[in-house]
Amino acid sequence: MIKIEELRRSFGPVVAVDGVSFEVERGQVLGFLGPNGAGKSTVMRILACFLRPDSGTASVCGHDILQEAVKVREKIGYLAENVPAYNEMTVGSFLDFVCDSRQIFGKARKIALDRIVPMCSVESVYHQTIETLSKGYKRRVGLAQALIHDPEVLILDEPTDGLDPNQKHEVRGLINKMAKEKCIIVSTHILEEVEAVCTRTIIISRGRILVDSTPEKLKEEHGCSLDEVFRKITRTKVA
Amino acid sequence: MKGFSAVFKREFKSYFTTPLAYVFLVVFLFFSGYLTFKQGFFEMRQADMRVFFMNLPILFVFMVPATAMRLWAEERKSGSIELLFTLPITVFEAVLGKFLAAWVFLGVALVLTFPMVVIVCILGEPDVGLIFTGYIGSFLMAGGFLAIGCFFSAASKNQVISFVLSVVACAVLVFAGMPTTLSYLSTFLPSGFVNAVETMSLQAHFESILRGVLEFKDLSYFVILIAGWIAASSIILEERKAG
Repeated sequence: MIKIEELRRSFGPVVAVDGVSFEVERGQVLGFLGPNGAGKSTVMRILACFLRPDSGTASVCGHDILQEAVKVREKIGYLAENVPAYNEMTVGSFLDFVCDSRQIFGKARKIALDRIVPMCSVESVYHQTIETLSKGYKRRVGLAQALIHDPEVLILDEPTDGLDPNQKHEVRGLINKMAKEKCIIVSTHILEEVEAVCTRTIIISRGRILVDSTPEKLKEEHGCSLDEVFRKITRTKVA
Repeated sequence: MKGFSAVFKREFKSYFTTPLAYVFLVVFLFFSGYLTFKQGFFEMRQADMRVFFMNLPILFVFMVPATAMRLWAEERKSGSIELLFTLPITVFEAVLGKFLAAWVFLGVALVLTFPMVVIVCILGEPDVGLIFTGYIGSFLMAGGFLAIGCFFSAASKNQVISFVLSVVACAVLVFAGMPTTLSYLSTFLPSGFVNAVETMSLQAHFESILRGVLEFKDLSYFVILIAGWIAASSIILEERKAG
């Protein structure tokens, strides 16, 4: 469902993504790992059609990200790293705005909101403005925004960052529940999360893919915990 | 144009959920009235609104960029632009939605100056057509300034920079057409060039509409001004949205 070919993007002299290619199918949960500045967020932003690649291409559900950006965005649910939202809006009016722009009206909107609000547990803050929310609640609102149209493809950039252990557990449960019928890419620094939700792992550093495997295989090959595998790979292969 | 209405609705509402709209309206209404009465509205003993309209360019040079500066600069600074442009909305739809929301808001500000019209109607028998074209001209001028402000807001992340740049750009458009500027220019420039400056300045077209004639050349001036700056805003945003 997601196909990326030779994606390259640099910011001035810094090469953020350097020839990344991979495919993700329905039913897969891809854990996207890498040290800070490895290019994870850049790849995700390109996939969400927010950034343009310098070269290379990608398609989501058969739609090219350069030619049919709006169609791609319709198919994708995207949660950005810093959870952008309109801070002066209440959670309710913010979700209404997202429904407006995703063309969810009338009955469909009511059904979508009835599904998503309890799912992301934002009932208690529904009438509060977003700027007054804690980091965890903001992230939940971001998650609600990304899931409201029940997208086929989910791109989540550090979805559990800032959440308390209970909320982390809930979000992982949520991802597991949706895993079968969707195609999900999750970036994270929390390696136990990868073991908990991902069926596949890509480790990327300095814009290049170092490893494309499953968490189980990685542990087997290296004979140690995922944490150590990550350190071994990103330190040795880059240096 | 699906995304357009969503952006328009959100943006227009956002004016009234923050103190911005109320501060703007109070300040604008105060000064538009104050300048009119200070410059001898009663002493002139004429039932028209010419004094009122003649003050608007100067007032708009400051007030409109103040409305426009947040349009994109804020969105880029807070990062919400990443949300906006990962929703199924094109850059052009978003630019148009935001621009029109701000323009309608300025329209509301102009409509709220209606007590002036009421006073003039009570005091005498004004030419209603003249007042009407005056409002049309003012609305178009607000649109022109807004499009300029929208561009500078898209060009810079910093609201203060975008405010200052758009005030300068709008002031150039107004002052280039003032008689003093033109007579100064004519001391060292050929007359053809001075005429060109006058035609390109906003003042000449605004005054011509104030005289009560809606001419094609004046209307097209404003349409081109607005369309050009809006198109430029879309292009620069497409390039810089992530920067």
